[in-house]
Amino acid sequence: MSWFTKTFTSTIGRKVLVSVTGLFLCSFLVVHLVGNLQLFNETGDAFNIYSHFMATNPIIRTMEIVLVLGFGFHIYEALVLTRRNQNVRKVDYAYNRPEDNSNWSSRNMGLLGTVILVFLIIHLYNFFWRARFGEPNLIPIEGTEYDDLYSVVVQSFHLWWYVLIYVLGQIALGFHLYHGFQSAFQTLGLNHKKYTPFIQKFGAFFSIVVPAGFASMPLYFFIKDVVL
Amino acid sequence: MAGNNPNSKPMNLTLKVWRQKNTKATGRLETYQVKDISPEMSFLEMLDVLNEDLLRSGQDPIAFDHDCREGICGMCSLYINGRAHGPERGTTTCQLHMRKFADGDTITIEPWRATPFPILKDLAVDRSALDRIQQAGGYISVNTGGVPDANEIPIPKSIADKAFDAATCIQCGACVAACKNGSAMLFTSAKVSQLAMLPQGKVERKTRVENMVAQMDIEGFGSCTNIGSCAAECPVGISLENIAMLNREFISAKLTSENL
Repeated sequence: MSWFTKTFTSTIGRKVLVSVTGLFLCSFLVVHLVGNLQLFNETGDAFNIYSHFMATNPIIRTMEIVLVLGFGFHIYEALVLTRRNQNVRKVDYAYNRPEDNSNWSSRNMGLLGTVILVFLIIHLYNFFWRARFGEPNLIPIEGTEYDDLYSVVVQSFHLWWYVLIYVLGQIALGFHLYHGFQSAFQTLGLNHKKYTPFIQKFGAFFSIVVPAGFASMPLYFFIKDVVL
Repeated sequence: MAGNNPNSKPMNLTLKVWRQKNTKATGRLETYQVKDISPEMSFLEMLDVLNEDLLRSGQDPIAFDHDCREGICGMCSLYINGRAHGPERGTTTCQLHMRKFADGDTITIEPWRATPFPILKDLAVDRSALDRIQQAGGYISVNTGGVPDANEIPIPKSIADKAFDAATCIQCGACVAACKNGSAMLFTSAKVSQLAMLPQGKVERKTRVENMVAQMDIEGFGSCTNIGSCAAECPVGISLENIAMLNREFISAKLTSENL
């Protein structure tokens, strides 16, 4: 094995990949959240122009490939490590009290990640797939025809069970980020009494604000159009 | 068998102890009753009492590891009521006293559970996997010679303190036992960072971390997911900062060492 293969098949090397891709996915969450805030623009034009840009801009399309690779590596490496870790304790403790020494979210990253993956598949099928390969209605905005994705989104968020899937997905994301954000820095060796307390506080803030921001969209349309 | 303290009330306890004949045998929890236990006894002394009872009645005594019984050697182990070294923080099992339990309690006692720590008998496990990690690089090859003059090699106090804190690791394996992943990262990180921080350890710095991590993986320990239960259960308080330092040492060694 070359030094390169040895590095990235070691337990620390694999964990570094999980951490780097995890932080990259965090940056994606920010971009995705900020872009989607245009859903709150009542006419829907801003969101339709934005989604047209996202689907056609060559830089965005290239980053889309990087993003898929990021998800792929994050999931694959975490899966390899989790399977290794599950084999280390073949006979489990008859009596164990892990809640006395650690957080629930830290111990259940695999479970949380799986919930997020299921959410992601539903989410991609409904919006990404339909935007790219489906045929939404066309809507004229300032003389140009755009796909009316705004209506697709708004109509989806009128279904209570769809809103529920989104809210549950975001709760899982919140717990995943609560451990994952600060853990990524520890894995990269970035632990120092000057900035680690800030990273931990910012991680907690990030794990609440980002999922809450995403969850606010389905809840907004459901409450505005269905409940009220 | 009450202790010297006239105020201490002897305790009666129910013990559920893991019994296993050898590495290959299937083990199970057996229930025992112990009576008149002094609250001043250490946990191991309580097990001694039980073993004497077992011997008197012609039964096989329970095998468990112990040596100094002063909390410094790292030989004792035991997963007591779901916690490595029992419910008290910063304590080895030999320094855990029966006053931490109440009369009538049921106490479950299990061995460290991890594939790299095969059970030899009952509660005694083979922790030589940790020795092999240590042998892979946890040393310095400088001429030891005579005793050098004090302060001949200047080391800042803060660094000396941190290195000393890492050096307090007694290799008991509680970190592995408490970790959901059975990871030996806290142990390995203590050994790596102790030597990486000191000038004497700089010579083999890069090769050391590469070899010790490789050995850790060969032994079959799990990977670290920064859960933190290791540091919480460590009897000598090795901190998670050491794991960050190990990661840092490993990444920089892999990028810059001469080893292909």
